[in-house]
Amino acid sequence: MKTNDIILQTVAKVASLVIILFSIYIFFGGHYSPGGGFVGGLLASGAIVLLLLAYDLKTVANMLPVDYKLVVAAGLLISSATVSGALFFDAPLMTHAYQYFELPLLGHTSLHTAVLFDLGVYLVVIGITMTIIQTIGESE
Amino acid sequence: MSSLHWAILSPFFIACFIPLVYKQFHRVHTGWFVLFLPIVLFIYFTGFIHEVGDGRHLSASLGWIPSLGINFDVYADGLSLLFSLLITGIGALVILYSIYYLDKDKEKLHTFYVYLLLFMGSMLGLVLSDNLIVLYMFWEFTSLSSFLLIGYWYHRERSRYGAQKSLLITVLGGLSMLGGFVLLSFMGDTYSIRELMGQTGELATDPLFTASLLLILLGAFTKSAQFPFHIWLPDAMEAPTPVSAYLHSATMVKAGIYLVARLSPVFAESSLWFWLIASAGILTLVWGSYSAVKQTDLKAILAYSTISQLGMIMSLLGAGAAALHYESMDKNIYMAATVAAVFHLINHATFKGSLFMAAGIVDHETGTRDIRKLGGLMNFMPITFTITIIGAFSMAGLPPFNGFLSKEMFFTSMVRVTEMEIFNMETWGVLFPVLAWVGSIFTFVYSMIIVLKTFTGKFKPEKLEKKPHEAPLGMLIPPVILASLVIIFGFFPNLLASTVIEPAVAAIQPGLSQKQFQIHISHWHGFTIELYMTLGVILLGSLLYITWDKWKCVYHIIPGRLSLNRMYDALLAGMERGSIGVTKLFMTGYIRTYLVYIFLFFIVSLGITLWREDAFAFDVGNTAPVRLYEVIISVIIATSAIVILFAKSRLTSIIILGAIGYMVSLFFVLFRAPDLALTQLVIETISVALFLLCFYHLPKLSSRKEERVAFRLNNALISIGVGVIVALIALSSHSNKLFESISNYYIENAYEEAGGKNIVNVILVDFRGLDTMFEITVLGIAALGIFALIKLRLARGTLKDENE
Repeated sequence: MKTNDIILQTVAKVASLVIILFSIYIFFGGHYSPGGGFVGGLLASGAIVLLLLAYDLKTVANMLPVDYKLVVAAGLLISSATVSGALFFDAPLMTHAYQYFELPLLGHTSLHTAVLFDLGVYLVVIGITMTIIQTIGESE
Repeated sequence: MSSLHWAILSPFFIACFIPLVYKQFHRVHTGWFVLFLPIVLFIYFTGFIHEVGDGRHLSASLGWIPSLGINFDVYADGLSLLFSLLITGIGALVILYSIYYLDKDKEKLHTFYVYLLLFMGSMLGLVLSDNLIVLYMFWEFTSLSSFLLIGYWYHRERSRYGAQKSLLITVLGGLSMLGGFVLLSFMGDTYSIRELMGQTGELATDPLFTASLLLILLGAFTKSAQFPFHIWLPDAMEAPTPVSAYLHSATMVKAGIYLVARLSPVFAESSLWFWLIASAGILTLVWGSYSAVKQTDLKAILAYSTISQLGMIMSLLGAGAAALHYESMDKNIYMAATVAAVFHLINHATFKGSLFMAAGIVDHETGTRDIRKLGGLMNFMPITFTITIIGAFSMAGLPPFNGFLSKEMFFTSMVRVTEMEIFNMETWGVLFPVLAWVGSIFTFVYSMIIVLKTFTGKFKPEKLEKKPHEAPLGMLIPPVILASLVIIFGFFPNLLASTVIEPAVAAIQPGLSQKQFQIHISHWHGFTIELYMTLGVILLGSLLYITWDKWKCVYHIIPGRLSLNRMYDALLAGMERGSIGVTKLFMTGYIRTYLVYIFLFFIVSLGITLWREDAFAFDVGNTAPVRLYEVIISVIIATSAIVILFAKSRLTSIIILGAIGYMVSLFFVLFRAPDLALTQLVIETISVALFLLCFYHLPKLSSRKEERVAFRLNNALISIGVGVIVALIALSSHSNKLFESISNYYIENAYEEAGGKNIVNVILVDFRGLDTMFEITVLGIAALGIFALIKLRLARGTLKDENE
């Protein structure tokens, strides 16, 4: 009998989208409600892992042609740039700035450099989780 | 920098250029380029004789580490000048001798002369330094250069053994001497020897005085090969003969003598100083001369004879130290001992240098130094024979050579020592002259052996490697000069008296006036008890020499199996075996054992601290009420933790571990930490998955049956101990809250200052964001590490031990 994973694959497509959305929600809400870059990153990689379970390594690699080691590097770069960026404004290392803006679609919103830092965390976490899982999965 | 500084440092400078000269002028023997330096220095130092003879001295200072009081201070008085003249004078002769002794095509001459110049410079620095630390530096330089010179023929096993032995023993002494110096400077608050001399009285009452005295004497005794540290000297005879002549008879071994003489004004107040030096010296004298008689190697005889003569000088310095206690007396007979010590120091350098060179000539021209193979060389080497006979007779203390005079003075001092009324001399004092006399008899015997067994008797050409003939002229000049000095000093001892000896004695005995010993140095004739003692030495010595075959079996009994060399070897081997044993005992290679150590240390150190500081406290006043959910989760966690210990399959353990993790995240929920709960949940899932991966890849071997963890009482006790200690500490620290928590600041300022309402996240990315920065770096490193471990490992089969 030939097996197929049509149910799993269909559900995985839908579910992973939901999970990604949830992870973005958690990531952006981090400053006001539980969540943040770390958990968000883990959830996003959870969505990719779900795809990996439903399909196989090659298919997922075609779907998301990303080198996760570069993602780790990009995350670290963003975080460290945020950390050291304060030096250009004559402020101590790791000084954040935030301001409230009237944005066209979102209305009264605060923009905070801490989010940039958190974005670095988010990317690093996705990068490392996926690097680990892919590496172990590919190894014989 | 004064000229004295340049004089000390010049050998080091010249040494830098020796290899260049060696490469550039390979056709000429490198020694010729070196020779000019000691000659220039010798002339330079003779220029001071007049000035120092008038009781003046030269000194100069050069800042090195002024903030620590360590300066390159040089100071030349009679004693330093005497040593400097010996070092440069004999140094020049030895270099001249080595030019003919060492073959320029077969030997690595540049290394030889570099080492030799290093030695000469450090020896000059040693005797001219006024600063204790600088003195110590040069002291260790002499040890090091001597080590290099002994191991000059490093391809020989015996050379390496001898070099190692001498280094171990002299550095042992050197380090203890450094300790003594530090204590001394601690007491006197200065590193300057001259300033320390001014505080003699105060130093003697200090509680550290004895310790410093013992430590410094250990240094002096090891360097000067005093009993029982003399064992390195005979093995140092593996060095080339010029080195033996220079270092191990005339200069380095006298560094200890110099130190004792130099520090006598500081320490002579103490009876311990007198007793230690005098008895170590006299014991060394007897033991060295007794051991010399049984040797069959010419250089070994000379080595033991050096040991015994050094003992003699040392005992004289000890007796001289007593002079300090007779300041008020008009006729200071004990100071004569110091005069004798200085005089014999010079004499020994002359005759021992010439004897070593003669032994080197015999070795060079016949191919052996074994007196059992030698004999009847008188007709082949008349000049060498003459040199040897002068040196040996002077060593034996026969008139008219200079050894006779110093031996007479030695006997005088030893006889007078019995008349001393201090230091409990009444009881054991009589041993000194008796031992000195016995030692002199043996000295006579081995001196005769050197001359008669080598040059008289039957000629045995079949045992020699070469056909013997007289040495080249250049090789003969240095010993001839030394031998003529032996005769000159023998006939005209007063040449030295006013120029060199008096200032030297004045330096050793700074408190006493010079007039008193002018009488003694010229007073060397007359029918006294010493003369009869000398006659007895000659008579009994001749008798012993003639009957040597009958009593030589005595040597199988007395050192026999109990020789100090065997003890040294056994000690070294024992220490090696012991340390290997101890290391093997606790370094088992099992991580399990090391964990046991770590945890035991943890339990013991924290337990003792808790108990000694009386730190345990238990206070329930500050605790929150216990709720039902917490009890339920705690019970589940505790049960799971215990079940893991008894689980039979690994799969069960992994799943229970996951259960514990989820329970912990429930705890986070209960204690209102949503961020932690979220993270804990996800992380626990991932780690359980990774555990399962590991479990899946375990090798499938039939022997690897799944079993329960075996019960071990030790492990159980240690784990219970760790748990109890941690629980106790947690309870105590909770009961001892000393300060208000700082978390209020975060609660108040999270929104105003940082614009966030999730305090945890604000702390993570804003207040304490640097921590997070480096934590994500840790994660990145972990990911790359895993990637590297898995992807970048070498192909199977090419993995090899790099040592293969």
